[in-house]
Amino acid sequence: MNNNIDIVNNPVLSIKDLSIAYNKADKYAVKDINVTIKKNAITAIMGPSGCGKSTLLRAINRMHELYPDIKTVGDIYLNEENIMKMSTIHLRRNIGMVFQRPNPFPTMSIYDNVLAGYKLNGIRLKKTERDDIVERSLSNVALWDEVKDALHKKGTFLSGGQQQRLCIARSLAFQPEVILLDEPTSALDPIATSKIEDLLVELKKNYTIVMVTHNMAQAARISEYSMFMYLGDLVEYGKTKMMFTNPRVRKTEEYLTGKFG
Amino acid sequence: MESEIRAVDYSAKSTYRNIKDKLFLWGVIVVSIITISPIVLIIGQLVFKGFKQINFSFFTEVTPSTYEAMTAIANGELIPGGIVNGITGTLLIVAIAALIAIPVGILIGLFLYENKGKIYANLIRNLSDILQGVPSIVLGLIAYLWVVKGVTQGYSALAGSVALAIMMLPLIIRSTEETMLMLPGSLKEAGLALGVPYYKVILRVLIPSGLSGLSTGILLAISRILGETAPLLLTTLGNPMINWNPAEPTSAVPLLIWDFYNDPNMADLIWSSSLFLMGFVLTLNIIAKRIAAKH
Repeated sequence: MNNNIDIVNNPVLSIKDLSIAYNKADKYAVKDINVTIKKNAITAIMGPSGCGKSTLLRAINRMHELYPDIKTVGDIYLNEENIMKMSTIHLRRNIGMVFQRPNPFPTMSIYDNVLAGYKLNGIRLKKTERDDIVERSLSNVALWDEVKDALHKKGTFLSGGQQQRLCIARSLAFQPEVILLDEPTSALDPIATSKIEDLLVELKKNYTIVMVTHNMAQAARISEYSMFMYLGDLVEYGKTKMMFTNPRVRKTEEYLTGKFG
Repeated sequence: MESEIRAVDYSAKSTYRNIKDKLFLWGVIVVSIITISPIVLIIGQLVFKGFKQINFSFFTEVTPSTYEAMTAIANGELIPGGIVNGITGTLLIVAIAALIAIPVGILIGLFLYENKGKIYANLIRNLSDILQGVPSIVLGLIAYLWVVKGVTQGYSALAGSVALAIMMLPLIIRSTEETMLMLPGSLKEAGLALGVPYYKVILRVLIPSGLSGLSTGILLAISRILGETAPLLLTTLGNPMINWNPAEPTSAVPLLIWDFYNDPNMADLIWSSSLFLMGFVLTLNIIAKRIAAKH
């Protein structure tokens, strides 16, 4: 079944026959996914809890390797390059990730949190380079003006929404091509959520964004393309506007109209 | 009519509840007093009996001879000298024990955390719990056999440190594992998502984030072994002079207390040494609790 009907030209990411099982005995949590992801756009992954949306997202920067029981088959290409064959550091410099709950490193200052990717990987930078990266990354997430006088305070002193923007800045520091976000606003209040949404719309000019959300309104507001997943299957994939106004598959329509999920 | 009857009912019930509430409150107060009274009485007793011997020379001079003590008591004076040989000995023995136990304990704790649920990890965890129950005198015997007989060919601070390090191990292993389990898993993922190798995530993200928990565990383990006497009797023996050589017999504060106990002329020093040891342990405990509370 191929529901990838809208053809994406020159995709930044293409996922081919991807299946993931949590252990050898289990059924696949994600089955036979084939999608291509558009450059400089926001792609939302929707679906009810347990449908495999986070599992799919985490496969894109190989976070599953942390758990040796998880079995992944299939391939993912980042600009024609198979990510399964890339080194994790190279891969994760190109594909950043932001998590559900803000998770700045509690022992590091705001400044060091932004540079954590460089520092922890032992990449040495000149002071001016460091300052530039910090200012650029924090400006990108509209946090620079709020924290420029407190760069050496601990990142955990910030509010939840600011912490999440700091985490986005941390993943932007490497200037990745793709940013993966796993329900980035589900732990935030409405005002912080709308700030993050505005920010993502701004960021898509320079980055490709893939985000998991179980908030349909959010997907409708900011995403250009949407995937709808159900029980590990990709039920429908296409332009968000199209999907919300005229879904091709009955299951999608039922989910979008609140019949289940 | 009906509402009046109800009102009476309620007030009776509320009186009954008030009495129950008061009874419970007083019960809690009495039980709390019973719980805290031993520690208050112990500290009170130590301060009352030991305070007069605590002076400058107590911290700067070595233990007096029985004869000196006897003369001083006969003249109605304070016993001269102090316990500096015991203090330095305790510092030396505990420092070496900590140097052995902290790295090993933290590594084993990390190993258990990384392999939780695996059979060999459970085995190690259970063995470490059993180790905690081994009587300290038995550890002293083992250290006597291994170190006194085997390594230093005589009583030594090192032998005592080995015995105390074995006592510290299970405490540090447990506190390391528990601290690591308390850190949010998202921290580990945040590090990995930046492409950081796993061992670096442990060393540079997890351990610094759990530092307060680790140091609390270490301080509590140290305060636990600080007062150990039995293993030291069999291993470090004691020394009337200051000794910094780990291969030589060394004194320690608890050993001195035991010596003073066996010498009727030194009775006053028992209390002041105990007060010192108690104060030291109490301070470490308070520091550990403060560190733990801060995070």
